[in-house]
Amino acid sequence: MKLTEEYLSTFPDARGHFGEYGGRFVSETLMDSLLRLEQEYFRLKQDPEFQATFDKDLADYVGRPSPLYHAERLSAYAGGAQIWLKREDLNHTGSHKVNNTIGQVLLANFLGKKRIIAETGAGQHGVATATVCARLGLECHVFMGAEDVQRQALNVFRMKLLGAQVHAVESGTRTLKDAMNDAMRDWVTNVDDTFYIIGTVAGPHPYPLLVRDFQSVIGREAREQSLRQAGKLPDALVACVGGGSNAIGLFYPFLTDESVALYGVEAGGLGIETGQHAAPLNAGRPGVLHGNRTYLMEDENGQIAATHSVSAGLDYPGVGPEHSWLKDIGRAHYVSVTDEEALDAFRKLTRIEGIMPALETAHGVAYGLKLAASMDKDQMIIINVSGRGDKDIHTIAKIDGIEL
Amino acid sequence: MSRIESVMRNLRGQGRKALIPYITAGDPGPDQTVSLMHTLVEAGADIIELGVPFSDPMADGPVIQLACERALKHGTSLRNVLDMVKAFRSTDDRTPVVLMGYLNPMEAMGYEAFADAASAAGVDGVLTVDLPPEEAELVVPLFKARGLDAIFLLAPTTTDDRIKAISQHCSGYVYYVSLKGVTGSAAINVDEVARKVRHISTLAGLPVGVGFGIRDAQTAAAVGKVSDGVIVGSVLVDTISKHQADAEGLKRALTGLLRPMREALDGLAS
Repeated sequence: MKLTEEYLSTFPDARGHFGEYGGRFVSETLMDSLLRLEQEYFRLKQDPEFQATFDKDLADYVGRPSPLYHAERLSAYAGGAQIWLKREDLNHTGSHKVNNTIGQVLLANFLGKKRIIAETGAGQHGVATATVCARLGLECHVFMGAEDVQRQALNVFRMKLLGAQVHAVESGTRTLKDAMNDAMRDWVTNVDDTFYIIGTVAGPHPYPLLVRDFQSVIGREAREQSLRQAGKLPDALVACVGGGSNAIGLFYPFLTDESVALYGVEAGGLGIETGQHAAPLNAGRPGVLHGNRTYLMEDENGQIAATHSVSAGLDYPGVGPEHSWLKDIGRAHYVSVTDEEALDAFRKLTRIEGIMPALETAHGVAYGLKLAASMDKDQMIIINVSGRGDKDIHTIAKIDGIEL
Repeated sequence: MSRIESVMRNLRGQGRKALIPYITAGDPGPDQTVSLMHTLVEAGADIIELGVPFSDPMADGPVIQLACERALKHGTSLRNVLDMVKAFRSTDDRTPVVLMGYLNPMEAMGYEAFADAASAAGVDGVLTVDLPPEEAELVVPLFKARGLDAIFLLAPTTTDDRIKAISQHCSGYVYYVSLKGVTGSAAINVDEVARKVRHISTLAGLPVGVGFGIRDAQTAAAVGKVSDGVIVGSVLVDTISKHQADAEGLKRALTGLLRPMREALDGLAS
């Protein structure tokens, strides 16, 4: 379907709805804060000084623009389309997450909030939040599922070094969704002085909107770099999708480019047919969780299902509401790859290009290789390398039976 | 007139305050819930808030989180909860029952199917924690069409404009959340609550029930003095968790908590 700028500008609507998705499903205590945040954000969005500060921080502190790299050996290996990599792994802190935390901490500053909370799965968002808090001297609390604290020990230590308090969440499935529950509980308790930096394009309005806006720098750069370096727009974009912030950041500036196909890659875990996965867009149905209506993994009684992925950052039963909408209108395609395929792609990108991706990113790489193989040599795809893989070496070593 | 309205009106006529206990359905086990509901009534409950267990109770503290986990371990579904209400109704057609929970189990069942089944089971009101009035248009008209009261939360952070707007959508009573926090949080500041509740009463035009942080007869009386009812949850659920293996002991313990609250509230009537 052909989307126009004008049509797109009506999403989300005034209440934060993308079609039937999104919205603001929270307890009353948080409504006032969300309404104020929305009001302040819309004001600052038009404020040249705010935008200039954001752009300057992205350039001087984060190191943007991130390169768009033509991976020639990987392209030859795939044997089809030319593969280009958008190198978000080269950002300060090692992932795309920092684009958003830079933006939200600026908002927190304008709102006069001195205490910052965040949830994290793989720890990349937690590290990116702890980083901007250290830089501004703000108190920082990161909620992380107890299981993720174990499998992402490196990032936990990084957050602590940066001065954040890491709260291991023992409730529920002890992963990202439970971290988000506890972050919401903290927020409702400390709503007066606390700003909640949500790490993905989910949660109550205006979060999906503002995280998308801050992450869209990825796609804006990629579009311009593509025209300049390759002389054309890519034929397809590929990005992994947990909550979906790196994917929406890459996709959004291309939504009106009808010729560019969009592929979001969910975590297929042990295989969609096993039920042990984290692929709500592939195998879920619409429901309400964490402040928004979106595709969810749930049982027939509306209880949220346990998820599985080798990658902590994708191990989440929901997804950003804008992705649910893009799926329903057919603008983006959502596919999945298994743990095994992602691990294989992790090794391939490492050996063939000398780039070690995060396990989340490796899902995008795995599908990108398959997609490229099905295309012609004169075609072009961009894979978003959303984060680097250092944090995952313990997981890989464990799978290989090696003790570090 | 709904059962909730008539109970509230009678109490007001007698100068009395509503005692509204909360328990989570299916905790400690599904076969105990109906009998515990009767125990609550015998101990002085005017209205029962029956929690619908949810896997991700974001507005609840650890006590009710664990109650949800226990109930879900037994597979307690929204349909099961409606069956419990139906069973309760077979011997008690007087005490209003309000279902309190999160939106997703209702969405999964289908709002129309849920509204039909709730009304048929004898449910009187529904309080959905994560459904602000801005998102209620798909749901609340279905409740109203079947005579179910839609009960909404007001919080310390709710502005005057919102109090007025929310009260328009609400019927039966409004539930004032006495503190910023989750259920079962620390003690409340009674003076501050009193000030806010008086203010809400003048704006809302509905009875005001106050919950969160009421754990003994003394707080119940202090809050009852300025409101139309007190809602007591976590302290009861905590008691349930401690007497899981002893049904009779549990009933005695719940009665031992609620009776003094009832007496303290009735002591306010002059």
